[in-house]
Amino acid sequence: MINFDTTPIASLIEAGYTFADMQTYVIVMIALVVLMTIADLLHKGSTTYFFNAAAKAEAQLAAGNADCSVGKEDTRLTQLSAGDKAGILVSTIVTDVATAGEFHNPVRRLVHILTMYGFILFNAATAMIIFGEAETATLATVWNLGAIMLLVGSFWFWFSFKVDGQAEGVAWNSITLRKDMFSLSLMGTSLTALGWSIYGGGTGVWFALVLLSTASLFGGVYWSKFSHMFFKPAAAYNKRIIQANGTNENLPHETRFGGATPEDDDFQKNRHSMELLVDAPMDMGLGIKREAPKHY
Amino acid sequence: MPTFVYMTRCDGCGHCVDICPSDIMHIDDKYRRAYNIEPNMCWECYSCVKACPHQAIDVRGYADFAPLGHSVRTIRDEEKGTIAWRVKFRDGRVKNFLSPITTQPWGTKIPDFRNEAEPSDEMRNSELLAFEPKYIRMDDGGLHTLESNKLSLKAGGEYHESL
Repeated sequence: MINFDTTPIASLIEAGYTFADMQTYVIVMIALVVLMTIADLLHKGSTTYFFNAAAKAEAQLAAGNADCSVGKEDTRLTQLSAGDKAGILVSTIVTDVATAGEFHNPVRRLVHILTMYGFILFNAATAMIIFGEAETATLATVWNLGAIMLLVGSFWFWFSFKVDGQAEGVAWNSITLRKDMFSLSLMGTSLTALGWSIYGGGTGVWFALVLLSTASLFGGVYWSKFSHMFFKPAAAYNKRIIQANGTNENLPHETRFGGATPEDDDFQKNRHSMELLVDAPMDMGLGIKREAPKHY
Repeated sequence: MPTFVYMTRCDGCGHCVDICPSDIMHIDDKYRRAYNIEPNMCWECYSCVKACPHQAIDVRGYADFAPLGHSVRTIRDEEKGTIAWRVKFRDGRVKNFLSPITTQPWGTKIPDFRNEAEPSDEMRNSELLAFEPKYIRMDDGGLHTLESNKLSLKAGGEYHESL
């Protein structure tokens, strides 16, 4: 059984390792994440894309209202104040980062939250124990809970979302190392950490498996999707900014009422194409989203 | 004009996979985001573009007939029952359109064809059906079979009319 009051890290001290050894390992892992994330950014060109998109939006804002030959003048282009941007940053952190608001599918969202917080708790507790050079009962509980959450989240993801027999014919045991490296590393790290904990720690097979799993998780950033945890918040913030300043990647903003200004609403009401909706309810309910997408 | 997906907007929900008539929108195994597996086979029906709840799909026009720098983007607002289009020309001009996509709340007016009246003789003999193939049999005849339609199977799976 899992003992929530201890972690197997203490058993390494008994086996002759020092906290300095463990700190070295953690620092090497952090350095690998940093280096490989930079390599990943350079390889994908993500930063170039973001800066180009931001420059394009700025140019649109600077040019002012677009010349609308049909329809209302585009009055929604607005320069955001520092306060506006701070508010958007807070809502990005609360909605998109902390609660995975990007996912409309509630199960997918729950799976992501479990995996994300499991990962954070597990790694934070590990770092605090190793760099604090002391293990408390609270930290041990957090370490074990984090590992369990990571285990549930990563395995749930694998069997509910990765396995897609209906659409893509991907069976649970169909593994492509390059594609599945991130998921497998997360599953492996949580599973081996808990196995290591249950079987009393030490420097045996479980410890070797923990080292292997963590090395592939942090050392394989260049090939896995690990770095999404850095660029997704930036992308979510950018998405909210361009929505607020009106540039919004050229997306239209017309809809029935609910416009930026009352004049906007009047304009929409009086469009000849909207005559059919004059007496229609304002909430038509869900159309395509009445059924969950099942991939055919 | 094949579609492409903004990976930072897509959440991998699968609506585009479900709706694509060419079955070319798939979910990437690694990133769990949608992508067009075969752009050459895309006939720019815009089904996935309109179905996407995150506006993550866009259409890239081939440069030989779609001027560089243009943009055609759309948002389908199901709750309000409208679809909006924004066409931006290469010279900066913009046209905005708004149209209804339903006039009744979704799911409330699905016709129940079992309870619909059968077509009358007048309808069946209408000149509007003059060019329909005889095999659709808009009459009160029995079950439609190869035999009743004077057809037979041919080796290789094709069928031909028995003369």
